[in-house]
Amino acid sequence: MPGPSTTERLRVRDPNDIVTARRAARELCAQLGFGNADQTRLATAVSELTRNVIQYAGEGRCQIEDVSDAHSLGVRVTVEDQGPGIPDIERALRDGYSTSGGLGAGLPGTRRLVDHFEISSRPGLTQVIITLTRRR
Amino acid sequence: MRIPILRLGRILLVSIQVDLTDTDAMQFQSDLVARVAEIEALGVAIDITALDVVDSYMARVINDTASMSRLLGAEVVICGVQPFVALTLVEMGRELLGADCAFNLDQGLEMLRERIAQRGDAELGEDDDAWPINN
Repeated sequence: MPGPSTTERLRVRDPNDIVTARRAARELCAQLGFGNADQTRLATAVSELTRNVIQYAGEGRCQIEDVSDAHSLGVRVTVEDQGPGIPDIERALRDGYSTSGGLGAGLPGTRRLVDHFEISSRPGLTQVIITLTRRR
Repeated sequence: MRIPILRLGRILLVSIQVDLTDTDAMQFQSDLVARVAEIEALGVAIDITALDVVDSYMARVINDTASMSRLLGAEVVICGVQPFVALTLVEMGRELLGADCAFNLDQGLEMLRERIAQRGDAELGEDDDAWPINN
C-alpha cells in the first residue's frame, strides 16, 4: 500500500539549487522504489529544467511529488518560473536549438528521459511538468 | 569547491569526487586547462566515477575541457562513466559525451601512455629532463 505521499517544494535561485533539486529528485525516486536508471533519468531531467530556470528566468520553483497509487509508482516534477517565457516552444523542443549558446539538448533531451512531458509558456509564467511512472 | 589536479610526470590526473555546481564546473575547466599549459602535459585523465548525474551542461564542460586540452597538445581520456549515466546521456540524444573513454583510471592511464608513445614526440616519466633529442 502506498504510504503518505511526499511533496518537496524547492526554490531555484542560484546554481547550488540545481544540485539540491536533482539530489532531492533522486532521493525521492529511490525512496519510492524506482531503480537506479530511473533515479538517474529523473535527476538529470530535473537538473536540465532547473538550469533553464536559472539561465532564462533567474529564479523559480521546483516541486517534486509522489503520485504513486496502488498499481504504479509515480513521481511528478513541476518546474516553473515567472521569466520572459519561451517565444517558440516548438523550436525550443527541437534538438540543437538554443538561444543561449547552449547545446540545445536540454528540453528535447529531458522529454526523452521521462514518460510524460508537458510544457506551457507565456511571458510571466513558464511551467514544465514531467512524470515518471512504473508499474509496481 | 576546487577539484585537486594531481601530477604524475607529464600526465595530469583529475578525479571529480563531488557533485559539481555549474560554477564549480567552469572553475574546474579553467584550472585544468591552465595546468595543462603550465606543465605542457602530454596526457590528461579525467575520472568521473563518482558522478551520478551528467546532464547536458556537465557533458559540454567535459567535452570542451577535453577539446581545449587537445588543442594545447595533450591526449585526453575520460574514465569511469557510470552505466546509468551512459544510458541517460544516450537517451537524451546526440553525441553529448564525445570524448574518448575508458572503464577506469587504470585503463585510462594505459591508453594515455600508449598514445603518447605513439606520438613519439616525448619521453614519458617522472623525470622532466628525460627528453630524447631528435636531430
